[in-house]
Amino acid sequence: MSDRRDFFGKVLGAYAGLGALGALYAAKRTWDPLPSVKAAGFTTLDLSGLEENKLYVEKWRGKPVLIIKVPKNAKPDTAPNGNDKNAYEDPRLITVGGHKFMIVIGLCTHLGCIPDYFPEKHKFICPCHGGQFNAAGEVLKAPPPSPLVIPPFKVEGTKVVLGEAGPEYKKMKEKGLVA
Amino acid sequence: MKELKVLAVVVFFTLVTYWGVEPYAHKVMHKNVEEATFENFQYKDLKAPAKGDPAKGKALIATCTSCHGIKSQGIKAPMDPVAASQAYGVVPPDLSNAGAVLDEKFIANFIVSPTHAGLVKKSAMPGGMADAQGAADIAAYLKSIAPKEIKPKEAFEFACGRCHAVRYDKWTQIGQTPKTKADIKTGVDLALMDFKKKVGQYQVKLAEYLGKLPPDLSIIVRARSEEYLEKFVENPQHILPGTAMPRVGVTEEGYEKIYKYLEEVGDPSKPKREKVGPWVLGYLVLFAFLAFLWYKSQWKGLK
Amino acid sequence: MAHFDPNARPFSHKWMNERLAVDTLKRVLSTEYWIPKNINFLWAMGMVLAATFGLLLISGIFLLMYYIPDTKQAFDSVNHTIMGEVGYGWLWRHMHGVAASVVFLIIYIHMFTGIYYGSYKRGRELIWLSGMLLFVSFSAEAFSGYMLPWGQMSYWAGMVITNLFSLGSLDWQGLVEWIRGDYVPGQAFLGRFFMLHVLLMPLIIMALIVLHFGTLRIPHVNNQDGEEIDFEAEAEKWKAGLRKESKVIPFNPVFLSKDTFVLGIYFIFYFYLVFYHFEFAMDPVNFDPANPLKTPPHIYPEWYFLWSYEILRPFPKDPGLVAFGFAQVIFFFLPFLDRSPNVAPANRRGLFKFWFWILLVDMIVLTIMGKVPPVGIYTKIGTVAAWTFIILWILLPFITKAEKAVRGHK
Repeated sequence: MSDRRDFFGKVLGAYAGLGALGALYAAKRTWDPLPSVKAAGFTTLDLSGLEENKLYVEKWRGKPVLIIKVPKNAKPDTAPNGNDKNAYEDPRLITVGGHKFMIVIGLCTHLGCIPDYFPEKHKFICPCHGGQFNAAGEVLKAPPPSPLVIPPFKVEGTKVVLGEAGPEYKKMKEKGLVA
Repeated sequence: MKELKVLAVVVFFTLVTYWGVEPYAHKVMHKNVEEATFENFQYKDLKAPAKGDPAKGKALIATCTSCHGIKSQGIKAPMDPVAASQAYGVVPPDLSNAGAVLDEKFIANFIVSPTHAGLVKKSAMPGGMADAQGAADIAAYLKSIAPKEIKPKEAFEFACGRCHAVRYDKWTQIGQTPKTKADIKTGVDLALMDFKKKVGQYQVKLAEYLGKLPPDLSIIVRARSEEYLEKFVENPQHILPGTAMPRVGVTEEGYEKIYKYLEEVGDPSKPKREKVGPWVLGYLVLFAFLAFLWYKSQWKGLK
Repeated sequence: MAHFDPNARPFSHKWMNERLAVDTLKRVLSTEYWIPKNINFLWAMGMVLAATFGLLLISGIFLLMYYIPDTKQAFDSVNHTIMGEVGYGWLWRHMHGVAASVVFLIIYIHMFTGIYYGSYKRGRELIWLSGMLLFVSFSAEAFSGYMLPWGQMSYWAGMVITNLFSLGSLDWQGLVEWIRGDYVPGQAFLGRFFMLHVLLMPLIIMALIVLHFGTLRIPHVNNQDGEEIDFEAEAEKWKAGLRKESKVIPFNPVFLSKDTFVLGIYFIFYFYLVFYHFEFAMDPVNFDPANPLKTPPHIYPEWYFLWSYEILRPFPKDPGLVAFGFAQVIFFFLPFLDRSPNVAPANRRGLFKFWFWILLVDMIVLTIMGKVPPVGIYTKIGTVAAWTFIILWILLPFITKAEKAVRGHK
């Protein structure tokens, strides 16, 4: 008798738990980014008329994007980890309108600080923990574990759309060049 | 059973209170809306025009295009909206979709006398631009060039969108708010500021012309009842005597399109409500049933 | 010094018991919290109210994530962001708005149940008083929440209600401005009412709910016949297995099972309103943004404030305020104005029977008259109803004093 009484209570409890799961789903959806935030996740950059070896900063999805029109000779002055190749030859550069550009998210892969660019040295130095990158975003000095991240992009003439994966980006991805 | 009697008493008093503060009170408060009749967009007070000839209307259309554009026929508007508002107080509409949204009889009457057809004291469009026959011909021509099918938003743009903004859809009286980008160093978005200035210039002139700035219609479907809106558009003077809002002269299909657009913008959760509602209620019916079984098993043999 | 067994496994039953007395807690709060058996579904309204408060709290938390308490952005943050963009934002808002309205329906049912069965007397005075404090707090919570969408009704209700604090001919404009933090309802006003709505009032309400439960503990809840029950003796019967003979049942699971069933029915009603009939709780006028230069043609409070608003309306300014003040506080005095020793259903209490039903009908009439425009016949009905309300309360001590003693139950 008592078992039967408890049985219905347990069934009801389990069923109420199911309802709670449904409510949790609605709560999860409420916590999602808004459609307007997602729609704003595309930024078009016009790269015509940029000067060589000068750092340009743009914003994409709230993060800084660093752009450099890389000169023919972009060899870093020193490279503590021995990686002192000319950045101009780096496969991570993006060719737009016949010129090679570095387009990366400007947050150090160590802990997310923004590295400073020193044009005469052709290198980035992160102010937080001294990590260094060359003009293609490759690591020259730890602690950053990996190169600066290339955002999804699509080349359209002299313009680049960030947030959309074009054929060039997909190729890079296949080669494992983008994070 | 005693509990059911108690429940009946509670339900009775609840319903009486509800009836009093909702249907009854609203009926008393909105007597003028209640009393105004649906006219089914017939515009019976207007004279039926003579039969119009589209070919003759086409020949007369130059009378109109000194102020109006007709994009679908390759005729550009002579002035941009802001310049037009400085001259007339409001931008003359592009007539491409006029025949798709407006009633033909209404157009013919409107050309002869905009104030008479629009039921307003003054109108930016002068009367007597054509005689009765000419007006009928032009109306027939505008019908003949109208696209078969237009989108809800296009109907709204033509009939309402030059006086009413819809900010939840980024619509302004001079068109869609463009996508612009702020300068990265300063955060200044000059292009947007330019656009906003133009909207402002337009709105100032529009408010001068109409006496006030017509309201933004973003959630008008929640702010006014369906009945109110339909009767108001059919005949604004019946609902708000003295209003500067003209009778627009839309057809029934035209009005349905406009309402659809306003509902999509003003009540976007409607489809989701309709989808989720039955599931939640179904869940709860079963919940109540299971709870009933538990209750019965617990109370068995108690009395 | 308490004894702690060093060998008890952490979080085991014994370990928990030694630290938190979980068994005692469970016994005191649920399995041996005794409820009379002779009750009907109206005794579940307390649980229904607690559940509705829970719904308000949960939906409110989600609304708070995107609501912006800024006079320029509040309206759009509610009507565009929450209603159109946030996933299920519309659901939270409709749940919140409908629950805010329905919670008052249940409060009124709960109150009139108490009045009908005399559940405010013979040791239950504090239950009534703490309940009335909850009613006032819920009113403040509802009013402050109504300001937040910053629509036309928010603004003008804020204007009118704060103006009441000028206290008629005393003309305390300084007090009104102090309450608003401005000459008119503006940013300062919205900011402080936002604070009241999401922090201070909910804290007060939660504290009062605990107090309200506490006041129930010693006198126990009343029953359908107002019978005085020896709870200890009846509880012993139950514990001895005399389920049928005992006049009491434990809260958990027996009373709870009925509560849950009533809750289930209530949720069907509530969610039907949320999905298919929410307009009554979300006035169309408040979907026009606040405009300090234009008063809407009809302005009225939400339905649950209408009866007291109508008591204000038929009188000139100063007497109106006095009548309004009277209406606000008079229910607090019920346990002391009722001079009869009888704890019994109103229908067995002579003249009080008529007093009860006239009061109920009168308040419904006041409610309806509070909404319709004050013209013609409505003004007359409203005036009569307002006087009836006042006279009823003046008569109460006299008719209850004269009341004959009735036997507790059949």
